[in-house]
Amino acid sequence: MKQLKFLLLGIFFGFLLAKAQVISWFRIYEMFRFESFHMYGIIGSAVLLGVLVVQFIKRSNLKSINGTPIVIEPKANTYKASLLGGILFGLGWALVGACPGPIFILIGAGFWAFVIVLAAALLGTFVYGIFSDKLPQ
Amino acid sequence: MRMDFLQQPFSWYVAGPLITVNLFLLFYFGQRFGISTGMKTVCAALGAGNKYHFFKYNWKADSWLLIYILGTVIGGYIAFHFFNAGAPVVVAEKTAAALQQLHIAANQSFEPAEIFALQNAFSLKGILLLSIGGFLIGFGTRWANGCTSGHAIAGLSDLQLPSLIAVIGFFIGGLLMTHLIIPFLFK
Repeated sequence: MKQLKFLLLGIFFGFLLAKAQVISWFRIYEMFRFESFHMYGIIGSAVLLGVLVVQFIKRSNLKSINGTPIVIEPKANTYKASLLGGILFGLGWALVGACPGPIFILIGAGFWAFVIVLAAALLGTFVYGIFSDKLPQ
Repeated sequence: MRMDFLQQPFSWYVAGPLITVNLFLLFYFGQRFGISTGMKTVCAALGAGNKYHFFKYNWKADSWLLIYILGTVIGGYIAFHFFNAGAPVVVAEKTAAALQQLHIAANQSFEPAEIFALQNAFSLKGILLLSIGGFLIGFGTRWANGCTSGHAIAGLSDLQLPSLIAVIGFFIGGLLMTHLIIPFLFK
């Protein structure tokens, strides 16, 4: 039952991204052509409010639902990996018009072509894991 | 009140703040927003850790994420089957003109059939295109240690420099694909 809240929040998030058309190839194509404000408005307002939320959590020492302090771990300082991995991900994102979250949501929506994308993404994750030591971090 | 607004596409100023609500609730539930990690979790759960140490960790601690992802699948189903999410996506006029150059019809019901309709997705070109795209997403997000959720939303909200660099990378890759490679693939 402790996990039920995650299921419900996932349903909320999947529903939200579908209704905002964030998971459509057309919206991603339009975004990378800078021809619509829609995606920038969504990401921009989410991040702007997110900055306030994170500051609120840190300054108020808010406790989590379990009563433990909320610890927001910094991201690892692997700048080369961030940039190079980011570029590869960006190429894939613009090609199939979906980042990891939308891949799952689109499968739920019944776009079965994304099963191919998911299988390949799992393979990509696996292959990265094999070679992670040999890549610049 | 009627629930008509749930049948319409959501505006950016509704969707953006609600994404922040999702971000806050995950923090409040003691977790961190980051969906691509779920694909690492799946690899680990399938036993990849037996052979490769990258996948050797307590993946069961991430079981909440797999449940969350299952939720997103259900959310997509509900949105499309009961709340008209599959209505045509009306793009900007300039975008529609650019799509014509690619032989992709604008304002279709949600996804371009030229790429994602099953007879196209399962053609040789379709399978190659979708597999290469998926592979880049899986490989790239792991290398960058995050995707749109972990870096662009959670990381930028926490003012993390690695996340800003990752997002710049996302855009370099996305712009290259959209402006140089896609025109070549669909000419």
